[in-house]
Amino acid sequence: MTLAVRHTWFMVGRQLRNLMREPIWIALLLVQPMVWLLLYGQLFKRVTQLPGGGFGTTSYITFLAPAIVIMNSFFGATWSGMAMISDLDRDVLPRFLATPVSRISLVVSQIVRSALIAVIQGVIILLVSLTLGVSVHTGLLGWIVILAAAALMNSAFAGLSQGIALLVRKEATMIAIANFIGLPLFFLSSTLISIRQVPHWMQIAAKFNPVNWGVIAAREVVLRGTHWGSVGLHLALLFGLSVATAAFATWTFRAYQRTI
Amino acid sequence: MDAIVVDELRKRYGAVQALQGVGFRVRAGEVFGLLGPNGAGKSTTVKVLATLTKPDSGHAEVAGCDVVGEPNAVRRAIGYVPQSSGVDRDATGRENLTLQGRIQGVGGRALEARVDELLELLGLAEAADRVVRGYSGGMKRRLDVGLGLVHRPQVLFLDEPTTGLDPEARASMWDELERLAEGEALTILLTTHYMEEADQLADRLAIVSRGRVVVAGTPEELKRSLRGEAVEVELADGRAADAESIVAALEEVHEASSEGRKLRSRVASGARAIPSILSALEAKGIGVEAVTTHRPSLDDVYLHYTGREFAAEDEAGGRDDGSGGDGR
Ligand SMILES: Nc1ncnc2c1ncn2[C@@H]1O[C@H](COP(=O)(O)OP(=O)(O)OP(=O)(O)O)[C@@H](O)[C@H]1O
Ligand SMILES: [Mg+2]
Repeated sequence: MTLAVRHTWFMVGRQLRNLMREPIWIALLLVQPMVWLLLYGQLFKRVTQLPGGGFGTTSYITFLAPAIVIMNSFFGATWSGMAMISDLDRDVLPRFLATPVSRISLVVSQIVRSALIAVIQGVIILLVSLTLGVSVHTGLLGWIVILAAAALMNSAFAGLSQGIALLVRKEATMIAIANFIGLPLFFLSSTLISIRQVPHWMQIAAKFNPVNWGVIAAREVVLRGTHWGSVGLHLALLFGLSVATAAFATWTFRAYQRTI
Repeated sequence: MDAIVVDELRKRYGAVQALQGVGFRVRAGEVFGLLGPNGAGKSTTVKVLATLTKPDSGHAEVAGCDVVGEPNAVRRAIGYVPQSSGVDRDATGRENLTLQGRIQGVGGRALEARVDELLELLGLAEAADRVVRGYSGGMKRRLDVGLGLVHRPQVLFLDEPTTGLDPEARASMWDELERLAEGEALTILLTTHYMEEADQLADRLAIVSRGRVVVAGTPEELKRSLRGEAVEVELADGRAADAESIVAALEEVHEASSEGRKLRSRVASGARAIPSILSALEAKGIGVEAVTTHRPSLDDVYLHYTGREFAAEDEAGGRDDGSGGDGR
């Protein structure tokens, strides 16, 4: 076990070092969430006054900010398998496989790297939100919950993405699948709008949508009247899903090894 | 003691029987060459020995450990340089070597010193802190070799270490490998398409064809096993196939093969065979540009043992990256 942790640490280090060599990436990856937060937040700021309500705040940007952290984390996760495909394409994995490296660390490090980046980006998005007047009413604990929700949301889908990458092993297929999964789950969540404003069937669907679990947990701690039971439940659901998808990714890794 | 024992290995990929009973032994400290055409099963053999893939049946031991039963013990004892480079191109040479050392359980000062030593040894000291993306093919390949050596393995597997290198880079790689073989007390298993490479580097070699070892021995033994001389005829026009069947039918000729406008044949004595070859060709109106004779080279050994199959497999599109599905 300790060996697996050490090796995961080495592998995450490798990926972060490579990323840091081109820090422009972190910035580029933030363009999209910023566009949502700044443009969308301004454009639709009156949406909170809709009859029926359910926003829990009159400030749309306050409603939006925690969900954008989750959205960013979610999309980052769906793409995380690309790094695995690039390692496969460049034959980096077979080289590692001829060493006693912990097999699980090769998969888990990809998930950890992805979640770490989501957390770093989450902090940046939250800091920008602060300057826009958003306040996390539960304070430091609230920040921790938002970032934990972002990390768990990311792990859950990064595990799935790694698994798919190991099964399809082709960039183009991976891109198609990431889009196929990403957009529907995003729109079937309460990221942009209060769940009370959407049709009944979408409200039902959202209950089973992990993206929405993350949004609920993150938003609860920002708005007044935080329901801690709901926060705990949704974080626990995300944790369970993360474990399941990590197991799936590990299983697909074994399948990949059999094709060498 | 034998550093590598391979016995009756079989391995099937879908419809392709990649290995059909490969067997050989490599003594500790020896440089052993695996020579064979595309798709012969060289890389598959190495992948089994490096514990990347499991054989369907058969038995193999590396450094005294069973590759299926004790894979981690084998992994600690070996260095593996794959046919296609496995370096992380976004990292520097030093970072690549350091990470490889860490996962092999080397660390701290010892690792730093070893990495410096290897960078020096492989002529990469100046490029050490540059990202690998900017390395030349030869530099990248030397780094690959370095990655296999970080933890001072007992056995090093080199899968086509010089394919794709220009002649100069190849020659310098040969020098490196010769020095390594002496300096590091290594057993080396090397696969190659190049006769010269096997001739120069290998103490012993095995010729592999269609998943089997067809012959094994020292380069000298193999050359001696082909008695007589090789006669090479350069034809004036392209009727190589006709010429081949005419010459092959002659009593003085052991065997003949052709490639382009070149007709190669093996004979007991050049002085006696050449007149009959020339007159037989002339009788059928096939013009001749030049005739040479020489002692059998490793090339002739290779052609003798894999000749027909080599040509047939090339046509069947066997020349791929080895990951393709069918082969033939
Ligand atoms: N991972 C794989 N999946 C499916 N088929 C494979 C795989 N690896 C090898 N093969 C097939 O097994 C056969 C032997 O391949 P191998 O790579 O061992 O040949 P080789 O002697 O190394 O050839 P080359 O000189 O081209 O590298 C080939 O027909 C190849 O297509
Ligand atoms: Mg090969």
